[in-house]
Amino acid sequence: MALKGLDIFKLTPKTNCKECGSPTCMAFSMKVAQGAISIDKCPHMSQEALDKLSEATAPLMKTITVGAGEAAHQLGGETVLYRHEKKFVNRNLFAVTVTPETFDEKWEQVKGIDYDRIGERMYVEALALEYTGDADAYAALAEKAKATGRALILDCDDAAAARKALEVVGDAKPLLNGASAANADEFAALAQEFKCVLGVSGATLDELHDTVEAIEGKGLKDLVLNCSTASAKDAFEYAVQIRRSDLKGQDRTFGYPSIVNVAKLAPGDAHLQEAYASLFTVKYGSIVVMEEMSYADALPLYGLRQNVFTDPQKPMTVEPGIYPLNGADENAPIATTVDFALTYFVVSGELERAGVPVNLVISDAGGYSVLTSWAAGKLSASSIAKFISENGIADKIKSRKLIIPGKVAVLKGELEQKLPDFEIIVAPNEATDLVKFMKQFA
Amino acid sequence: MAYKKSPQAFKASINAVTIGTGDSAVTLGGENVMPLYTFDAPIEHRPAVGIAVSDTGIRTDLPKLDEFYEGATTLLDRAQKAAQLKEADFLSIVLDAADPNGDNRSVEDCVAEVKAIADAVDKPLVIEGCKNVEKDTELFSKVAEALQGKNVLLLSAREENYKTVGASTVMAYQQKMGAESADDINLAKQLNVLITQLGVDPGSVVMNVGTAAAGYGFEYVVSTMDRVKSAALEQNDGMLQMPIVTPVASEAWTVKESLVSGDDIPEWGDVEERGIQMEVTTAAACLASGSNAVILMHPESVKTISAFVADLM
Ligand code: B12
Ligand code: SF4
Repeated sequence: MALKGLDIFKLTPKTNCKECGSPTCMAFSMKVAQGAISIDKCPHMSQEALDKLSEATAPLMKTITVGAGEAAHQLGGETVLYRHEKKFVNRNLFAVTVTPETFDEKWEQVKGIDYDRIGERMYVEALALEYTGDADAYAALAEKAKATGRALILDCDDAAAARKALEVVGDAKPLLNGASAANADEFAALAQEFKCVLGVSGATLDELHDTVEAIEGKGLKDLVLNCSTASAKDAFEYAVQIRRSDLKGQDRTFGYPSIVNVAKLAPGDAHLQEAYASLFTVKYGSIVVMEEMSYADALPLYGLRQNVFTDPQKPMTVEPGIYPLNGADENAPIATTVDFALTYFVVSGELERAGVPVNLVISDAGGYSVLTSWAAGKLSASSIAKFISENGIADKIKSRKLIIPGKVAVLKGELEQKLPDFEIIVAPNEATDLVKFMKQFA
Repeated sequence: MAYKKSPQAFKASINAVTIGTGDSAVTLGGENVMPLYTFDAPIEHRPAVGIAVSDTGIRTDLPKLDEFYEGATTLLDRAQKAAQLKEADFLSIVLDAADPNGDNRSVEDCVAEVKAIADAVDKPLVIEGCKNVEKDTELFSKVAEALQGKNVLLLSAREENYKTVGASTVMAYQQKMGAESADDINLAKQLNVLITQLGVDPGSVVMNVGTAAAGYGFEYVVSTMDRVKSAALEQNDGMLQMPIVTPVASEAWTVKESLVSGDDIPEWGDVEERGIQMEVTTAAACLASGSNAVILMHPESVKTISAFVADLM
C-alpha cells in the first residue's frame, strides 16, 4: 500500500531538526509520500521505521534485466497505465522463435533486420528457443543462439533439458521461461542456481498469482509473467490485469514485466501476429514473441514502439542549424525543414538517398511537424527569413536556391519578398518524392 | 493473498450510433469499458471494420489489390467488389477526385455516382470528402439529400464547416456526421459542444479525433484517445462519449514504408506486404487505443483486422 504523508510522519522522530533540508518532519513526510525526496535523507529514522517504509515505498513494478553484457535489456519499472500521465520507462522487446530445425534460416533473416530510426537501433533483441523434445539438440541450439549476441529466452518446461541448456548459456543470463504450478519448485531452484530471470505461467490468473507467491516465497525476485496463450482474448486480459492489478490495485505479486507469445496465438499468420504485436506494444507486453521478423513486419512495429515510448512532455527535437549532406559545400543549394526529430530523420534520410549535395537548414519550429508548426504559427515566412538572417546563413552558404517543403507551398510568395536574393523552390509534399526531385533538380 | 480481480466497468458509456439500415446496419460504440476490455464487461457492439474505395482509382503497383479489383473499371464496380468482402462491416467511399486542387470533379457527378453505389450495395455507407473544406461542405449536403433514408455517415465536419454540415446532414436528412479534430482532447470536445449547440443530437455524431501512421507521431493518437475514453467513461463527459471512427488507410498508405518500391530498397522486400503490415499495425493500435471503427484500404488488412476483433470479443 502506498503510504500517505501522515503515515510516514508517525514514523519520524518529530523533532523538526531540519537536517533533512525540510523545515519540519511533517513537510519532509509529505515530500517522501510524493516521491520527491528519499526517506534516507533523514538521519534520525530508526531501522525499524526504515524497513517498514522501504517496503511500502518500493516501486510497484520491478525493473528486471534479462541478458548479459551487450545483450542486457531492462524490462518493467513502469509507474503508470497511460503514457500521458508520465513517460513509459522501458520499451518492450521483440523476440523471434527458433528451434534446432529453423535456427539457421531464421537467424539469416533476423540478423538482416538492423537499422537506425531516429537515433535508435532497431533489431530483434531476443531469440525465443522453443524446446522440441530433444535435450541435446536444445543445448546445441542454445549454444548457437548465444553466439548471436542476442538475449535468450529458454522456452522450455522440461527441467532436465533446461539444465543442459543453462549449463551452456547460463552466463548469458537467459530468461528461463518454463515455470508453472506443476514445476515451480524445480524451476525456482534452477533459476536460483544459474542466477537467471524466471518466466512464470498460469492456466488462470489466480493460478499465476498463487505460483508467483510460492516462487517469491523461495526468495526469487527476478520474474517475468507469461500471458496466456489459450487465445488472444485471454492473453490481452492477462496483460491488462497484471499491469492494472499492480499499478492501480497495488498488488505487488503482479509487479513484474510480462511476456506474450503472439506466435502461439496465430501460428503461420504473419498479418494477424502483426496485429497482436501492435496491440501488446500499445498495451502492456514487455516482451513480444513472434514467429518471424521481416522488414515488412519490423518497420511499422518498431516505429509504433518508438512513438509509444516517447516522453509526453517534450517532443523529440534536433538542434537547429545547417546540416551539410552528401558532401555539400557552400555552393550546394539549401533545403529547409523543421526541428521535429521525426521530420528531420525522414527528410535527411531521403536527401541522403538522393545523393545530391544539399545544405539542410533546420529552423526552430518548436519541435513540431511541418503542418503542425505552420498551423501553430511557429513556421512561417518570417520565421524562416529570420532564422536565415540571424544565423548568418547567407554568409556561410553562397547558393541562393532555397527548397521548401511542399506542404507549406503557401509560404513561397511571402518568402520571395522577405528573401529577395533567393530563388524559392517548392519541393514535393512527401519526402519520399525527394529522390526523384533532387536528381532532376541537380 | 489470493488474487482479487477488480472489474472496471463504468456507469457511463460511449454512445451507440447506428449507420446503414436493415440487416446490414452496424452499430458503433455503446460500451462502458476501456477499449477491448471485454473482461470488465461484455462489449455488445464489436469495433467495426470498413473498406475504403476512392474515386481516383487504385494503386497499380500492388498485385493482390489489383487482383481483388480485377475487371472493375469504375468506382461503382469497385464499390460492388469491396462490398462483397464479407469481413467488411461497411463501405467507405472516398471522394478524393472532388478536390479543387486535383481533378475538381463536380458535386453533381460525385452525388450521382454515390447514389448509384447506394442503390447497388447493401452495406452501410460512409462518405469521405476530399479534405477541401468548401467542397466537402457542399458534397456532404448534397449527398445527405440524395441518400435520404440510407442512414449514411458523412466524414467529417471540421471547425470551419460544422454548422452547414450539421444542419444539412443530420438535422435536415437524419444522416450521421463525423466531427474531425487534430489529436487534441480539448479541440475534440469543443467541436462536439459546438455541434450539439446547433441542435444536432449527440447520438448522431461520431468523432475522428485525429490519426497518424504507426511511427509517424502515433504517440499523440494514443494519448488523445486514452484521454478521451477516460473522460467519457470515468468522468462521464457527455461531450466526449461519441464513438471514434478512424480513417487509417489514408495515413498508412502514404508513408515511405508503403510507397517505396522493392526495387529502390531491395532489403525491404515487397511493397504490398509492407503496406499491409503498416495498415494492420496502425489499425490494431487505433483499436487498442479506442477507435470504435477503422477504415482500411487493402482487403487483406480488412480480413486480418476483422479476425483480430473477432478473437478479442
Ligand atoms: C501529431 C500531430 C500533432 C501533435 C504535434 C506533433 C509534432 N511534434 O509535431 C500535436 C497534438 C501537439 C498537434 C497539435 C496541433 N496540430 Co497537429 N497534427 C499531428 C498529426 C497527426 C501528425 C503530424 C506528424 O507528426 N507528421 C509526421 C511528420 C514527419 O510530417 P512532416 O513534418 O509534415 O514531414 C513530412 C513532409 O512534410 C515532408 N517534409 C518535411 N520537410 C520537408 C522538406 C522538404 C524539402 C520536402 C521536400 C519534404 C519535407 O516529409 C515528411 C514525410 O513525408 C497531423 C496529421 C497528420 N496525420 O499528418 C496533425 C496536423 C498537422 N495538425 C494540425 C493542427 C491544426 C494542429 C493544431 C494547430 C491544432 C490546434 N488548433 O491546436 C495544433 C498546433 C500545435 C500548438 N497549438 O501548439 C493540422 C494542420 C492542418 C493544416 N493543414 O494546417 C493537421 C494536418 C491535422 C488536420 N488534418 O487537421 N498536432
Ligand atoms: S531530519 Fe528527520 S527528524 Fe529532522 S526534521 Fe527532517 S524528518 Fe524531522
